[in-house]
Formats: sequence, structure tokens, C-alpha cells
Amino acid sequence: MEIASLTIDEIREGLLARRFRAEELAAEALRFAEEENPKTGAYLHFSPERALSAARRVDEKIARGEEPGALAGVPVAVKDVIVTRGIRTTCGSRLLENYIPPYDATAIIRLEEAGGLILGKTNCDEFAMGSSTENSAFGPVRNPVALDRVPGGSSGGSAAAVAQGTAVVALGSDTGGSIRQPASFCGVSGVTPTYGRVSRYGLTAFASSLDHIGPFARTVKDAARVLGVIAGRDPRDSTSAEAPVPDYTKALDGNVKGLKLGLPREYLKDMTSESGSLIYRGVEVLRQLGCEVREIGLPHTDYAIASYYIIATAEASSNLARYDGVRYTSRSGDSATLADMYRNTRGEGFGAECKRRIMLGTYVLSAGYYDAYYLKAQKVRGLIARDFRQAFEEVDAVVAPVSPFPAFRLGEKVDDPLAMYLSDIFTITGSLAGIPCMSVPCGRTAEGLPVGMQILTRHFGEITMFRIADAFERAGGVN
Amino acid sequence: MPSSATELASPDAIARYETVIGLEVHVQLSTATKIFCGCPTSFGEPPNTNVCPVCLGLPGALPVLSRHAVELAIKGALALNCRIRPVSRFARKNYFYPDLPKGYQISQYDEPFSEGGYVDIEVAGERKRIGVTRVHMEDDAGKSVHEGFKDSARASYVDLNRSGTPLIEIVSEPDMRSSDEAYAYLAEVKQALQFIEVSICDMEKGHLRCDANVSVRLRGAEKLGTKAEIKNLNSFRFLKEALDYEVARQVAVLDSGGTVQQETRLYDPDLGQTAGMRSKEHAHDYRYFPEPDLVPLRIGEAWLAEVKATIPELPAARRARFASVYGLREYDAGVLTQTRALSDYYETVARVSGDAKTAANWVMGDLAGALKAEGKEIGESPVSAENLGALARLIVAGDLSGKLAKEVFAKMFSTGDAAAAILSREGLKQISDTGALEKVIADVIAASAKQVEQYRGGKLTVMNYLVGQVMKATRGQASVAVVTELLKQKLG
Repeated sequence: MEIASLTIDEIREGLLARRFRAEELAAEALRFAEEENPKTGAYLHFSPERALSAARRVDEKIARGEEPGALAGVPVAVKDVIVTRGIRTTCGSRLLENYIPPYDATAIIRLEEAGGLILGKTNCDEFAMGSSTENSAFGPVRNPVALDRVPGGSSGGSAAAVAQGTAVVALGSDTGGSIRQPASFCGVSGVTPTYGRVSRYGLTAFASSLDHIGPFARTVKDAARVLGVIAGRDPRDSTSAEAPVPDYTKALDGNVKGLKLGLPREYLKDMTSESGSLIYRGVEVLRQLGCEVREIGLPHTDYAIASYYIIATAEASSNLARYDGVRYTSRSGDSATLADMYRNTRGEGFGAECKRRIMLGTYVLSAGYYDAYYLKAQKVRGLIARDFRQAFEEVDAVVAPVSPFPAFRLGEKVDDPLAMYLSDIFTITGSLAGIPCMSVPCGRTAEGLPVGMQILTRHFGEITMFRIADAFERAGGVN
Repeated sequence: MPSSATELASPDAIARYETVIGLEVHVQLSTATKIFCGCPTSFGEPPNTNVCPVCLGLPGALPVLSRHAVELAIKGALALNCRIRPVSRFARKNYFYPDLPKGYQISQYDEPFSEGGYVDIEVAGERKRIGVTRVHMEDDAGKSVHEGFKDSARASYVDLNRSGTPLIEIVSEPDMRSSDEAYAYLAEVKQALQFIEVSICDMEKGHLRCDANVSVRLRGAEKLGTKAEIKNLNSFRFLKEALDYEVARQVAVLDSGGTVQQETRLYDPDLGQTAGMRSKEHAHDYRYFPEPDLVPLRIGEAWLAEVKATIPELPAARRARFASVYGLREYDAGVLTQTRALSDYYETVARVSGDAKTAANWVMGDLAGALKAEGKEIGESPVSAENLGALARLIVAGDLSGKLAKEVFAKMFSTGDAAAAILSREGLKQISDTGALEKVIADVIAASAKQVEQYRGGKLTVMNYLVGQVMKATRGQASVAVVTELLKQKLG
């Protein structure tokens, strides 16, 4: 049993043919993950009891001749910002080092109902704030492709687990690129679905109007399958969409002839690097598969980063207020007054990046500044969404880079947060528009570092996105 | 700043100024569950038991707006004559406090669900209309408990049972010109909301909380004075006392050449004074922004019509109807519409008895007295409205003397039985059959030779004695009028 190369279909086939039992698979996956983990630090902690008991339920169903579920026996890694009942959920923060949630996120419930096995929780930037997973209070994650490099972030642990082969699929969260960018850095597929497609109930909030849960997988089809399981209306999330969930894997036949793809001309100036040239090669592959490629305009792109960092930090400053030392948050000892307790707890507990964003967000919401910053950013957000709406009147999908550069070295950009923010340019526009977007592997640089191509489609256009990514993958990408 | 040194203005000085008051009233909606989760709102449960991830503000939990809370809020706003916005929005009000588990309150800010209403009040015979600026929805915080624990000297505890309880905040225009007007406004708001069962409005349980904005200006001045916000006005008496104190304080400050500080002041009912809170405690920038976890609240025509249809007649309208339809005096109509339950009770008694005045007398007289003696509310009355109506009907029909009716009522009150059941059980029945009475009367006349002689001799007051004897013999079951008439015939 080669966990590192299994697909969801292969697991299902093996289980139904009784070649192995889910419990055996779970035990082997746990063993392998624990053995491999020291190399990358992808996981913060494991949940063997939970994985094994879920596996036994799958085995019982199969023994009774029942349908074991779309993810039967599939080992899953879960980013540690998604809450799991009885399993520590730290969000990569000292403040939640010992926090054990009393409930499961909706996505977790759906994963397990479909037979998925939760192996453990993966490392990430503190409260999902970062692009390298170096902002975790529990140390960085190493990129399994090049161990001296970052896996990207903030869902670096989940991307690394899938790339390393210790999990077949993983869940991450994406606010401004936190699934797509690490997927691209680690050479796996990563999907940010339409905003509202997957319930956020149980996803620790960073920026509520931008937060998404989405899957990582080694194949596009596996990513599509996971999304099909976790998507759908949830009465516990008022912003979750009513739209029915189609079978995302049904149309994956490799045929993309006649689809119209747009390449945003505003992105071209940032595509002169080696990563950029790989994207051009990827676009060429799609053209050869029968897609029509044309340039399109996304004229408000230049304002995307500024408005994203206003909206995201504003919401973050409010969402992170609850970590105050009063209830579940670890509390700083010996404070003379309530105000001191707040200051000490938060001052000692939050890392530098969270503090930076809390301060930015508090500032932009302050009396007298709200109109100039937050309100204006929301207007820009509306214009960016309109850019995409207009683009999708012309094309079926937009193709773009995920990141201006491949995985960088650990520590290389830690001291330059602004450069880190600017590198989010390609992922942030899709986040602000709330449209589905994914990263699919698009070859490697001369140094052997993976590069991802981004595919963006209209709201609830996941099927088209998966069709293009799958056809690209079938065609062998750019290699 | 020793508060004991505060000077208060004389009535003469106060008379030169005009008082301007606006009220912010928080009302707890009487839903069974919280506004954003399914936890019960029941009062008095053990601390931190009516809680879930949502109202505890746990990581990842999300609010879902309660439809019932919205419906009650709409009813309340309509009762205060407000317009309902078809689209409104929730906003986060950010501040740190231990009993605020999310670090923000979910409220409404620049797009409240209702605005532009009014409340009519009457003070000393003068009617006046007070504007209602807006009514908006929000969730309540938990409760900090500073006393009752072994380590209360150095620690406080937090009970989050109340966290997430649905509230509406009713903001008035600065239209009130005296503490009496403020009192009348609050009373009218309370009665309306209780009447349509939007809130129980129990001030002791914090269902109704009130803050006041107060300023004074020289009579005739155009410009409003600097206002102070007074908090902790949690009874009608405190409201009036605090406003009177604050007005006298502000006038004294101005008259001595000082200026009124714009500040938040807390009323201390023990001292009967308001005192400024340290500026740090209220120097909040709440950093409002639209709540991204909730979608805009849309109240369409159909839903609005549905809610409107559930609004019962409001107290003012019912008061007017009682006066015109039942011919009640204005005062009686007012008493009988104090609460929805009482007015409903009265209407049933009036209908069953067929006599609105007799019904009013019984409800406000014997029933009210008996309830008061036992400390019971109308809803707890052992005598149902139907039964009291049936009793009144017997009286109206002349089938029961007033005296006997009082006895029967007492038994109804203690047993909860209907009048008919008591009458038949105790063999009590009005003897209006003259044949049966004649025998008793003959016996009384025979046994009262001396009195009969006196009567015939012209001492007509003896009749009272004779009637009494007949009533005694019939255990009060005879009609005094009939007995008197029969006696007159016999002796005449």
C-alpha cells in the first residue's frame, strides 16, 4: 500500500475489492505520516483515535454491503484553523496552544460522513496570516520538494502533507491566496471555491468576507471530489449558498475544445520571470488542447492589494478580539488590572504578523478614517468584481500565474512584510471577487521548483474550472 | 472631583431654563431562544448553561439570525409607528469587555431596520407627540458577577447565559422637556410593547433598560446645550430622580458661569446623584463596520403584511374603544387596558355577562381586590373570565342578589369552580318563586308579632328588620326587592 501515490478512486477500489481494510489503511497512513513528519513539520499533531474509529465505521459499512461514502478510507490532513471536536485546534497561535474545541466544523462533519479519515492537523501561519507558514508559533514548515524552502502559506502544512504523500487530500483555508499559493509552491492542486460554496462554520475567522475552506489534492479529480463532499448550503452559515452542488467529476473528460480563455493584460508585466514563462507555456498547452486564448482587461488590478489589505485587516482586527484571555485563550499571569490582562495576554500571545494586521485593521476602522479606507476599499472591491463579470462575458475562464516567483528560502522574506504582501497580487483579485479559482501544477523551474497556474471562472463556475485543470493535467502539464 | 460638593440649582433658577431629554431604551424581546443561536433565553438558570459555541464566541462559530426575533422587533417598531426598511444591515460594534465574548456586539448602525416613528404621551392633561428616531436590533452581552464568590475580593466571574439575548434599542428624538414627559414616554413604550407581547418588560430582570441624554438651555435659546448621557436608569423612579438631579446640576453649573461637560454619567440610586464616569471608561471608538457573517436583512412586503396581521389592537385604540363601545368612563377604560391580559379578560366578562358596566365593576372591584390580596396577576386568576361573566349574568338577570353573589365569588376564587357548580353544590339558589317565599314570610310574620304591630303602627323602618329575618331564613337566597314587595302586600 503506497499511501504516497494513492488516489481516491484507487482507495475505493481497494476497499470494495477487499484488498485492504480502511482500518489497515488508516494505521499505515498514520505510521507513515508520523515517520515522515519530522522532515517537513507539516503536521502539528495527529488524531489517531479519530482516524481509526472513522476507518472502522467505513469497514463496517462495507461489511454490511452499504455505500461507504465518496471519501471512504481517504486519509485527510486538516489545517489547524478548522475546528475539530476533541482535537486541539491551535490556529498556529500560542494563544490557542491548548484549546480543544467542543464542536466540529461543518466541513469536518461532511468529510467524515463521506468516510474520510482525519489523520491530524497541519501547521499554518498564525490565524492564517502569512504567505510562507513562517508565522506559526510552532515553527515553520519545510517544502517537501526543497527542504530549505518554504511551502507557501498560510496553508503550508496542508500543501506539504499532500506533496509529501502523507495525506491523499487535505483541507486548507484561503483568504487572499492561502490555498493556491502553497499548492503552487508544493506542486499540488489547490482549490478556492466560490465564496459561500463551502460552509465557514467552524473555520476560525481571519477575514470573514474573504475566508474560504478548500481542498488540496495530488490530482484535479481528487480535489473535485473533496469539494463535492464539503460544498453545499449549511443553515449554520448565513453566507453559505443555496445553489445545488453538481458532481464536479462528471465532466472531467479532457475535452476543452472551444473554451475561451482570457489572459489579463494587467498581469503580463509581472510575468517576465521564469515562473511567468512557465505560465505562457501552460497557456500554449491549453491552446493546443483546443482552447481559444485572448487578452482581457482587469483594469482595477492595481488597487487590489491595497483594498485587500484594508478589508482583510479590518475584519481581522475584529475577529481576533475574542482572544482576550477571559475564556479559552491562554491568559498571561499576574496582571494588576483588566486592561493589563488584555495587554499582556495579547502582547505575549500574538506573533508579529497578527499584531501588525490588528493594528492596521484597527486604524482603518477608526473614527474619521473609515470612509477614506474601509468604505473606499469596499468600493474598489465592487469594481474588481465587476472587472471579472465583464471578463466572463467574453471568456469562460481566466488563466493567470499564482505567484510571481516559486518557493523562496526559509527566512528569505521574513523581514520584508511589504514584499510578502505584494507577492499576493495574482491571488488577491479572485479572492476579492469571490469567484472560484484554483492552482494546478504547471511545470518546474530550472532549479526544480514547482510553479502553479491559476484558473479562475465565474461564480459557481467550478465545473469549467475543473474541466480545464483536469484536461491540462491529463495532457501532462508543461512537461 | 468630590461629588458631595455638587451644587444644585434652585427651582427659580431651573425655571429660567428649558430641559431637553432624549431616551435610549433597550428592550429584551420575548423569544424563547437567542437572536443568533438556538440557546434558550430562560432566566435564572445555573451560570453558563444556556450556552453554545455561537453565544460563547468560540473560534469558527457563526451567527444565524432568528426569524422570530425579527418578527417581534418588527411588531415593536410598528407599535411605535416606525417605518420598516426593506433592506437593513447588521454591524459590529467593537469593544473589549469580559462579558462580551466575541469582542464585539452585533448591532445595527447606519442601516437600522426601522426609523421615523412616534409615541403620543399625555402629561397633566396635555397631549404631546414624541419622535422615535429609530429602532434597531442587537444581541445582549453576558453578565459580570463581582460578588458572592470566595475570591470575589480579587476576581470577577462571567455568566454568559444572557449573551445573545435579542434586544431592540429604541432611540427617541430629543423631544421631551421634563422628567414627567420622559416618565410618560417610557410608560407608554413599556405598555405598548407589553400589550402586543413583544417583551415582558420586567425592569427588575433587566428586560427594559434606559439611558437618557439630557441638556438644558436658557428659555428662548435656539442652540441646544451640551448633553450628558446618564446610564443605569433601571426603574421609573430612578429615571425621574436622576433627570431632576441632573437638570438641577447642569443649571447650577451654567448659572455659576461654568460649562457642562459632554460625558457619560452614572446614576447612583443610593445617593440620588449622577456622577461622571472616568473618561477612559467610555472613550470608545466602536469601529463599526458591516457584519460580514450575516447577509442583509430583507423584509419584503409579504412578510411585513404577515407580521402586521399578528399585531393586536394597541392599548390606545383599545382604550378609546372601551369608552365608546362599552360606555366606560375614561378612567375605567384606562385601568382596564393597563395590560393586554386584563383587557382581554374584561372583554370576555363583558361579552359573557352581556352587561359591560357590571363586568367592569366586578373586574375592577371584587376580582382586582382578591387578586391583590393574594399577590396574583390577572393571568393567574383562579376565576376564569368566562366564569366571572356567568356570575355577572346571574346578577344582571336578577337571579342572584348582590350579597349572595359576593359569597359565591369568594368561593369561586378559592376553588376555581363555576358559580353554577357552587350554587347547586351548596343548595344555594335564588328564591324568586313567590310561592316558596310566601311560606317563609308567613312564618316570619307569625314569629314577629311585636314588630308587625310596630310597623302597622306607622314605624316603617321595622320593615328592614322583617326583610332581614326573611333573608336569614332563606340564607340570603331571596331577592330583597321581591321580599320587600311581598311583605308590604301581607302587612298592607
